[in-house]
Amino acid sequence: MAINVFYFLVFPGLLFTAIAGAFLSWFDRKITARVQFRKGPPVFQPFYDFFKLLLVKETILPKYGSPVIFLLAPVFAVFGAVMAGVFILLPLLNITTGFRGDLIVIFYLLTIPSFSYIIGALASGNPLAAVGGSREMKLIMSYELTFLLVIAGIIMKCGQHFDLSSIIQVQQAGSPFIGSISGVLLFIVAIFCIQAKLALVPFDMPEAEAEITEGIFIEYSGAAYALIKLAKYIMFFILPAFLVALFMNGFRIEGTGILWAVLKIFAVVLIMTLIRNTNPRVKIKQAIRFFAIWMNLVAIVAIIIIAFGY
Amino acid sequence: MSRKTLIPIGPYHPLQEEPELFKLYCDGEIVKDIKWETGYNHRGIEKLSESKTYEQVFFLVERICGICSTSHPFAFANAVEEIADIEITNRTKYIRSIIGELERIHSHLLWVGLAGHFLGYNTVFMWAWKYREPVLDLFEMISGNRNSYAMFKVGGIRRDIEETKIPVINKILDDLQKKIDLLTGAVMDDPVIHARTKGVGILTKQDIIDYGAVGPTARASGVAIDVRKDDPYAAYPLVNWKVITAEAGDVFAKAEVRLLEIYESISIIRQCLEGLRKEPAGDISVKVNEIPEGIGNGRAEAPRGEVFHFVLSDGSNSPARHKIRAPSYVNIATFKKSCIGQTIADATISLAAVDPCYCCTERMAAAYDVSSGEKIMNAFELINKSLNRTKELKETIKGRL
Repeated sequence: MAINVFYFLVFPGLLFTAIAGAFLSWFDRKITARVQFRKGPPVFQPFYDFFKLLLVKETILPKYGSPVIFLLAPVFAVFGAVMAGVFILLPLLNITTGFRGDLIVIFYLLTIPSFSYIIGALASGNPLAAVGGSREMKLIMSYELTFLLVIAGIIMKCGQHFDLSSIIQVQQAGSPFIGSISGVLLFIVAIFCIQAKLALVPFDMPEAEAEITEGIFIEYSGAAYALIKLAKYIMFFILPAFLVALFMNGFRIEGTGILWAVLKIFAVVLIMTLIRNTNPRVKIKQAIRFFAIWMNLVAIVAIIIIAFGY
Repeated sequence: MSRKTLIPIGPYHPLQEEPELFKLYCDGEIVKDIKWETGYNHRGIEKLSESKTYEQVFFLVERICGICSTSHPFAFANAVEEIADIEITNRTKYIRSIIGELERIHSHLLWVGLAGHFLGYNTVFMWAWKYREPVLDLFEMISGNRNSYAMFKVGGIRRDIEETKIPVINKILDDLQKKIDLLTGAVMDDPVIHARTKGVGILTKQDIIDYGAVGPTARASGVAIDVRKDDPYAAYPLVNWKVITAEAGDVFAKAEVRLLEIYESISIIRQCLEGLRKEPAGDISVKVNEIPEGIGNGRAEAPRGEVFHFVLSDGSNSPARHKIRAPSYVNIATFKKSCIGQTIADATISLAAVDPCYCCTERMAAAYDVSSGEKIMNAFELINKSLNRTKELKETIKGRL
């Protein structure tokens, strides 16, 4: 029991994922700044942001809303993100092997932050947040099926294993999935899916600063917003880690393996950062069409290729 | 009638730097109706102008707009010179045109950057603004100021462009042209930008004529309206250039027109610098003894469209009446055509596409809303309110003393 609490709160749970995610978010901001001829923030800027919001800033509650749900939503988001993080990182860091079918659990836990944001946005009673919430809902409906197809492809490729540790073992015994044609196709689809999950440009229409002023988060301030930032940091670490587990044969926590593990994570984050800096935001209709037609098509083609054994 | 949600854009909103309020009545994501309220920024410049001398008014009108700060002195100079029937020297004409065109370059680059930001493409935002920096450096070299250049006066300009500065300006323009090539390529060939801006916020030729829109907004719909050609002033009849138009009328066409106008501006500046070499140095103003009674209409093509200044002189040293019309005044009205029926995402970029400048446009407005009969406070009520407030404050202070 005590070890489970430790897993959840310290390593590889809340504390570890939050710190790793904050550093990755600094990396993202620094690369963005360099692309845009700027200097970029210092390493600890994400921590400064978080602690200023948590400790210094006042939390203002919306007048026409449901304050309890409004304040609980960020807590749910952090909880869902940490749970998903624990289930991803335990097999990935080779601490425990997880259980049969944990891939499906992870898939559902990863959607909890997005749903919490929607609940919080709708509880705030702000029309701009309502627009943001409806956009986030449409976005979830469009990318979740695609993401499920990616996971289905991976399950087929590794030989009907439904748990993450088996997938990593199959890759470590053979070659990483990204080395094959179907793996590359699925990886491209998966990158766009997590781009949408993290609400980064070109899929940041739920937040869309210039249109609906941060949309779903418009009413959040102070400690409640700090929790949302925390959930975002955690998601920013565990989603790339999940992709590394699915496609790049996971981590080997020994010797130079640690360096490789870090490099793999940074590589995935770098791809995401470059995508978000070389594209404008698309419209929600275009995003739905992009996932529902093109990305699903690519994923299905990849699955057919897998069925032929490539 | 279905229920409509009101999505407010303003009074303070990241979409626009200035205070204004757009009320988008939306059904889901579709904008069904739009209303706007301006008037957060009334500064009383027209009235203020009547209390200043002609020399001082230039500094006042320069501060109407922070971005196109030369177009207002330009139009005012044209108006006053029409009253006094002053023929300015060729050197003055060239330098005035150079300042006007440099301003167009920096204003258009600023818009391209902002449009990128509104589309969530912050890289274009930062790049465009970085490429705008050398233009501001040029302004600093020529006039001593990065903005609000204080170059104009009645019958001339205040500072000359010396022979030694001409190669430097040419060099910076060469560098700028390469960077603009890069930026234009990045914006024009990006398929996602095409998907976001093509067919969005379309204004047809007829809409432009109906609403009387001006500037790049009109030119993007195929209406070749440009004061520099239609009512030539300064050095524009002396150099070779063409009016850029596009046919589509959507946001992409507006971006295209602005980016191509930058090239035209660079070409005009180069020709003006050539012309400058033929004119005697230092011949930058003519002596003006008095401004006679009369009426002057001054027009100038600002980066956003036609700026119009009407000056009534009673023979004294300050204008008896000074009426200013900024281009946004007519361009804002086209939102009724371009935004209704679009999604919120399209409507916001359509709002930004005319490059509106609310602070330049604001005048004391009507007292009633015609459709709802709602009463809006008028000037006298505001003045009375202010007087009463002062009275109250005086009373409270009296008590304390």
